[in-house]
Amino acid sequence: MATVAAVIASTHHPFYYRASTATGADRPPFADEWVAKIEAFRETLTKARPDILVMVGSDHFHQLWLDNMPQFLVGKAPYFDANWYNEEREFGLPRMRLAGDEQLAAHILRNGLDAGFDLAFSNELRIDHSITCPIITLRPEADLPIVPIYTNIFAPPLPRPGRFVELGRTIRQLVESWPIDKRVAIIGTGHLSLELGGPRQFGAHGPDPEFDRKAVDWIAGGDLDGCLAEVTLDSLHQPGNATHGFMDFMLMMGVAGAGAKADHVDSLDLFHTMEAYFTWYPNGVPV
Amino acid sequence: MSRYLLNKFLYTIDRDPDLVERYRADPAGTVTWWEQEMANQILNCAVAEKSTWLELTEDERRALREHDHVALFGLGAHPFLTLTLFIAMFERDHGPLEYQKAYGRALQHLSLPYPDIAT
Repeated sequence: MATVAAVIASTHHPFYYRASTATGADRPPFADEWVAKIEAFRETLTKARPDILVMVGSDHFHQLWLDNMPQFLVGKAPYFDANWYNEEREFGLPRMRLAGDEQLAAHILRNGLDAGFDLAFSNELRIDHSITCPIITLRPEADLPIVPIYTNIFAPPLPRPGRFVELGRTIRQLVESWPIDKRVAIIGTGHLSLELGGPRQFGAHGPDPEFDRKAVDWIAGGDLDGCLAEVTLDSLHQPGNATHGFMDFMLMMGVAGAGAKADHVDSLDLFHTMEAYFTWYPNGVPV
Repeated sequence: MSRYLLNKFLYTIDRDPDLVERYRADPAGTVTWWEQEMANQILNCAVAEKSTWLELTEDERRALREHDHVALFGLGAHPFLTLTLFIAMFERDHGPLEYQKAYGRALQHLSLPYPDIAT
């Protein structure tokens, strides 16, 4: 049977690639600290020795559009090209190509449907920075096959937070029931408080540092009850108009399990938004 | 109210480098052309299989013609689409992050709840 080698939840900051590769006067003052934190975070995946990565993210109106919008979608293809013209334009992200694991994707689709999630699928999916950012930060070699899972945190009506948690629990069960002897890391990215295109954007900190502190505590402590008691589709407008991306963190809390304390917790207070990094080892910390 | 179509304009312009430049240089002409030629194209269908009913309201046309991101926000255009496209058009005229900060300042008079963006 497959083993969940690591569960990882992260923000996906599209500026990391440019900040970390910039030199001289172009290098921002926070770049060295950011790189050090990312390298420590990367080591938590490396030492889990994964064979395959299940990658949870959210398309930012690249391939998925309002004429045909899935709530949850699994990519099942031998390859995934990655990053888009407007991400190259705005963030300097490189074009990439990642291999897919169709066997695991098929298992997740079949058994996810049977478990009560009417998952959409795509056999030709170009993925975006919600998935390539964690490849760049956690596995820059981009040498492992992936199964991308997209969630809709972007185009209302959205599924409710509890549904994201339930999907996370289900993904964990689906990976653990895959009858193939592989080590699978489940990685998902979202946001803490975030404002895009509104009056609170690009401030000295994220739009709601108090929400961010609470969110980090919920995630680090596996406090699903506390999180679900406070977070609703309506409440997520308060910390910032793009904070619904926090539901991908809630999905990852579902993967990690209620009460599961993260084995690695880190954060970095940047302008515009706070970064946060979490790793759990459900089967013990690897030596 | 045709929030969907407003978003479709922003989305289809943003993903095409030539249209980004055309909309920056000639917003009124681009909006007129787009509404005549593109508004009713279903993006994943053959060109002949068009829709027949989509049109912008006059307020929406004006906001797009005038590059008025404050009005677009008020009309419920998806803020991510507007921001991404406007950064592509106008960041180049400013220092680092200057444009993004000015864009936010122009919206400072707004408080929660923001206009609904559901389509």
